[in-house]
Amino acid sequence: MMAVTTQPQGGPGQVDLREPRSWRRTRNQLATVLMALSFVVVIVPLGFVLVTVIAKGASIISWHFLTGSIVPNVLPANFGGMGPAIVGTLEITALATVIAVPLGVLGAIYINEYGGRGILARVVRFMSDVMTGVPSIIMGLFIFTLWTLHFQYSGLGGALALACLMLPIVIRSSEEMLKLVPDSLRQGSYALGASKARVTMTVVLPAALGGIVSGALLAVARAAGETAPLLFTIGIVTSVNRNVFSGATTSLPSQIFLNASQPYTGAQARGWGAALTLVVIAFIVMIAARLVTARFAKYSPS
Amino acid sequence: MSVATRADSAIPAESAHPLAQRRPLGDRAFAILALAAGLLVLVILVLIAISTSQQASSWFSTVGTGIFAYNWDPGQNQFGVLAFIYGTGITAVIAVVLAVPVSIGIALLLNEVVPRRMAAPIVYVVDLLAVVPSVVWGLWGIIVLAPWLNHIYGSIASGVNGIWVLGFLFGGENISGASFFTAGLILAFMITPIVTSLSREVVATTPSIDKQGAYALGATRWEMIRGVVWPHSQGGIVGAVLLGLGRAMGETIAVALVIGSSATITSHLFAPGYNLPAGIANQFGESSGVFRAALMGMGVLLFALTIIINVIARGVVQRSARRARGA
Repeated sequence: MMAVTTQPQGGPGQVDLREPRSWRRTRNQLATVLMALSFVVVIVPLGFVLVTVIAKGASIISWHFLTGSIVPNVLPANFGGMGPAIVGTLEITALATVIAVPLGVLGAIYINEYGGRGILARVVRFMSDVMTGVPSIIMGLFIFTLWTLHFQYSGLGGALALACLMLPIVIRSSEEMLKLVPDSLRQGSYALGASKARVTMTVVLPAALGGIVSGALLAVARAAGETAPLLFTIGIVTSVNRNVFSGATTSLPSQIFLNASQPYTGAQARGWGAALTLVVIAFIVMIAARLVTARFAKYSPS
Repeated sequence: MSVATRADSAIPAESAHPLAQRRPLGDRAFAILALAAGLLVLVILVLIAISTSQQASSWFSTVGTGIFAYNWDPGQNQFGVLAFIYGTGITAVIAVVLAVPVSIGIALLLNEVVPRRMAAPIVYVVDLLAVVPSVVWGLWGIIVLAPWLNHIYGSIASGVNGIWVLGFLFGGENISGASFFTAGLILAFMITPIVTSLSREVVATTPSIDKQGAYALGATRWEMIRGVVWPHSQGGIVGAVLLGLGRAMGETIAVALVIGSSATITSHLFAPGYNLPAGIANQFGESSGVFRAALMGMGVLLFALTIIINVIARGVVQRSARRARGA
């Protein structure tokens, strides 16, 4: 139901039943203006950030910047680039996705298909919600103690930390999608004699695929911009490390973090360039998520 | 409801019929795999608690109850983290105070004022705030926002110095563009999307029959919101606010850049400070021994703090959702 118009339009031939100007109506209008204003309050900083990032970032981005290696901070803006960081971000995020998405979808399958209303499934669902609120830096510390202390810096360590971050998000979004699959599909398949695993894999999952993919992509967009989990797990390098499984590497967020606290204008300019690159990557992933949602709108939430 | 019927349809396959004996191995293996993936969440949470506490044990044992003292100076082997806890609380409170009215305003705007086809673009714009990475907020905060705020803080502080509560909060000598307030402001931008979307869900559950009733009694839209939507949504909005508070406490990188990095406790919000996540992020690289254990310990405190707040918040949200369904 939409909101009902309180004040009938007093057109020609109609009696204007509205109360004469009063404090009640003024207060109502004041409240409406305040609500509209709260949206404006959000647009201003968002627009400010995006315009700054685009204006400052676009002036430095070139093929040379996207592929060049990282140079000392004192060098002016026309030197060096973010090549190693871009390679690192793409590799680490991809690996994290490969780890977190299958596990997350399986977890969601457990909650929705196997656990049902049982106590364990409810605990897992509740703790997944709670885990989405665990600060990302804690994931960094966790993987540092469990992985980096034993196996040194590597892209894999960063990917594990990001995967910990993505896991609960993927579980919750996939579960919401599985919930939307009509039960008649499951029952029809059981009636044909299919086993539960087969029903889940060949009927339920394909039906919910669109929503699951778009939820996973939103988790990827979030993870790609995270710095804190990578701070202690991937180290830092100045040239491209193609091997995500061993050796230190770097990422766009890490480089932005380092450059942001530099007094040199060249380093700051490279920071803005990296920021624009990162925002563009996050936007591309998010738009992909929207497209997937639109393409498979059947069981997606409206 | 649906779960029960699903179980019923699966049971005949398991019992009675002779075919059930041939329940394939793959089927059971898949069930176990799914269970393991579900349990992984619990395992990770427990492992986080154990592994970080273990790394922090030398801090707990050497400093004892002094861990909550106000004396952070790693050079002098002093590792009391009260200033970080204070900063975590104060920045999160600033963020919530700034973000919540705006979020509730947008939630009401979306549900009660604008037509549905205009709501979608507004939601989209608000969600964009969440797509901007934390580190980009930090970069913008320290290079663009902080120098600009520095001037504003300066004039506000000279205006309110000596005035009772205002001078206490916004006065002081040690004014900086990178401060508690700047951190709180950036955090407010970052938590607005989640608080908005949760409040919106809560507000949307208000039964339309109650709303129509209020209108039929001659209420204006605002009176309807005050009398019907607000009492109905209060509980859920409290949960949304708590979740926003938890997020604000854990946000790291943006805060690490704009908080000013000074482990001090002061009532002056325009003074540089520190909080738990920023303290860990900025100092971890150069730490070792008890210093590193202390930073790990700060992680343990932060973990415990956010878990407690999130458990309470999720509990509140779930309960109010159940009540809304029952109504």
